[in-house]
Amino acid sequence: MGKLDLPAEVSASAYNLPDTTGHFGPYGGTFVAETLIAALDELRDTYESLKDEPAFRAEFEYELKHYVGRPSPIFHARRLSEVAGGAQIYLKREDLNHTGAHKINNVIGQAMVAKHMGKPRVIAETGAGQHGVATATIAARLGMECVVYMGSEDVKRQAANVYRMKLLGATVVPVECGSKTLKDALNEAMRDWVTNVANTFYIIGTVAGPHPYPMMVRDFQSVIGEECKWQMPEMIGRQPDAVIACVGGGSNAMGIFYPYIPYPDVRLIGVEAAGHGISSGMHSASLCAGRPGVLHGNRTYLLQDENGQIIETHSVSAGLDYPGVGPEHAWLKDCGRAEYVAIDDEEALAAFHKTCRMEGIIPALESSHAVAYAMKMAAGMSKDAVLLVNLSGRGDKDMHTVAEKSGIAF
Amino acid sequence: MSRITQTLSALDAAGRKALIPFVTAGDPDLSVTVPLMHTLVEAGADIIELGVPFSDPMADGPTIQRASERALLKKVSLRQVIAAVAEFRTRNTTTPVVLMGYANPIEAMGVDAFADAASAAGADGVLVVDYPPEESREFAKVVRAAGLDVIFLLAPTSTDVRIRAVGEIGSGYIYYVSLKGVTGAGHIDIDAVSKRIPLIRDMVGLPVGVGFGVRDGASAKALASVADAVVIGSRIIEEIENSPADEILPRVKTLLSGIRAAMDSVEVAA
Repeated sequence: MGKLDLPAEVSASAYNLPDTTGHFGPYGGTFVAETLIAALDELRDTYESLKDEPAFRAEFEYELKHYVGRPSPIFHARRLSEVAGGAQIYLKREDLNHTGAHKINNVIGQAMVAKHMGKPRVIAETGAGQHGVATATIAARLGMECVVYMGSEDVKRQAANVYRMKLLGATVVPVECGSKTLKDALNEAMRDWVTNVANTFYIIGTVAGPHPYPMMVRDFQSVIGEECKWQMPEMIGRQPDAVIACVGGGSNAMGIFYPYIPYPDVRLIGVEAAGHGISSGMHSASLCAGRPGVLHGNRTYLLQDENGQIIETHSVSAGLDYPGVGPEHAWLKDCGRAEYVAIDDEEALAAFHKTCRMEGIIPALESSHAVAYAMKMAAGMSKDAVLLVNLSGRGDKDMHTVAEKSGIAF
Repeated sequence: MSRITQTLSALDAAGRKALIPFVTAGDPDLSVTVPLMHTLVEAGADIIELGVPFSDPMADGPTIQRASERALLKKVSLRQVIAAVAEFRTRNTTTPVVLMGYANPIEAMGVDAFADAASAAGADGVLVVDYPPEESREFAKVVRAAGLDVIFLLAPTSTDVRIRAVGEIGSGYIYYVSLKGVTGAGHIDIDAVSKRIPLIRDMVGLPVGVGFGVRDGASAKALASVADAVVIGSRIIEEIENSPADEILPRVKTLLSGIRAAMDSVEVAA
């Protein structure tokens, strides 16, 4: 496909997707049963009326500043850059947010919408547990009932996060259907929502799902890129040459990409999980190796078999272990504005250890994929080039996984 | 006139209500599916909704999801489901068959290829759960051009604008579902349904079937008193699930015959 034809100086208004029906080109949309349409319409109308309202914006910004600790700093990873041997690597420190990842930005926004709609109960799906923990956190803060759906396999793998959610007062429901992982938790949360829509708000954790979720989650997460846009000139006098982020569902990537879409000189690079390698078939790289289809309310790239059944995914990082991807990424890929690459488990683990040892930062395994690609890419570039990596979360949750991979038992 | 419209018009003329059972193709095994369809007809089915298994049946409850999982363990594909319809047609040329499922297996096959194959096999209608009218205008055009009816869901929360949109692109009948959740869940508020159905029928100009929550003769009879057709799914799947392989057909026959008898005891208002 051809490159997006953007003039050198583009105003933000040149890119105004999704359209009014939630489509990003052929992607996105509202592929749900009729029973959910009224709830989605109500959500879309409420969000449209709230999003630019000054009082709503002010409350959101207040929460981000005082509860989350924003703005998150950007850090020049000098030693990592030296080891990589080329471009300078900068890290956007979303790992320093309250609850340890970018997830909280979106959850605060959606919980505020829920409160505005008078819904006393919030539900969420979670894979690794980060979105579940963020949702449980906000529910505790706002005094809302919280139910988190989590595949029973993930409940076993992520015992610490399950306990964190319970400490915060949430009910964690193990899902026994299908592959017993994130996608099944999402199915189950949707079912809960259809059944309890009168008093329940469904807080989706990524830029997927039916319209308006991909747009709304992107908007709430775009605080990440908005900050970078003034932080980078402050630090280096210009914008970076490339912005790099890991992509599972793709919320941290959309959050940092979106404000940079009108800057044609800034390359946008999404890093998917290649798991055991794309050729092994055991990976989660929907954009690099999938085909367009319909799942979870939107049209996007999916990992599916020849009969259109969704297949099981693999990644060392549970947060990237999803067979779909946000529809806006599908569009950015097709129109050429963003590039998508993949990093396998071994490369991500190596980057994880390097970041720990060289910078004193323990990154999430998800974010380690982005660091790994940045180091690879930096090697072939000049010392003046600048790569900005979204360090979307911290790796405390991954201690068990990494220890196990290193043959260490706690 | 399509086989679905013929069937529903004839029933209406005779003062009877349509009984529409749902089963998932390939549950528990593809070899059961065609004999099961014939059994459903013998037990009084007027139209059969044949579920196409999908890995992520978001709008279905646990019962129908389990049926999908059993079929997928046997790797049952959309093409095989269509082949089962063709086999059914060798012995039955009168009972309409509606393929019901999700968008992705159809898109993976290709909408044109699907419409041609389903039509050639003798299927009569298609209901794609996650294709609401705003996302399926093109699909509806292709499928109707192949001679198939496109059946849509409507819910208690559907607005008049949406109901009219369904009237423009839908055909065959309307499947009116209870809002309260997924397939197999809860019970239906008969009073509310009885008020809503005549309005929908007027706006859409199609017969209205009701489903989601029909468990037995009594609930079927209550719905038959207000709707043109009664859809029953999860209860049949439960019977299949709980029967030894050699008792599936007789047990389903007993269950559905009982429901048919209860429905036929309804007095139809003029």
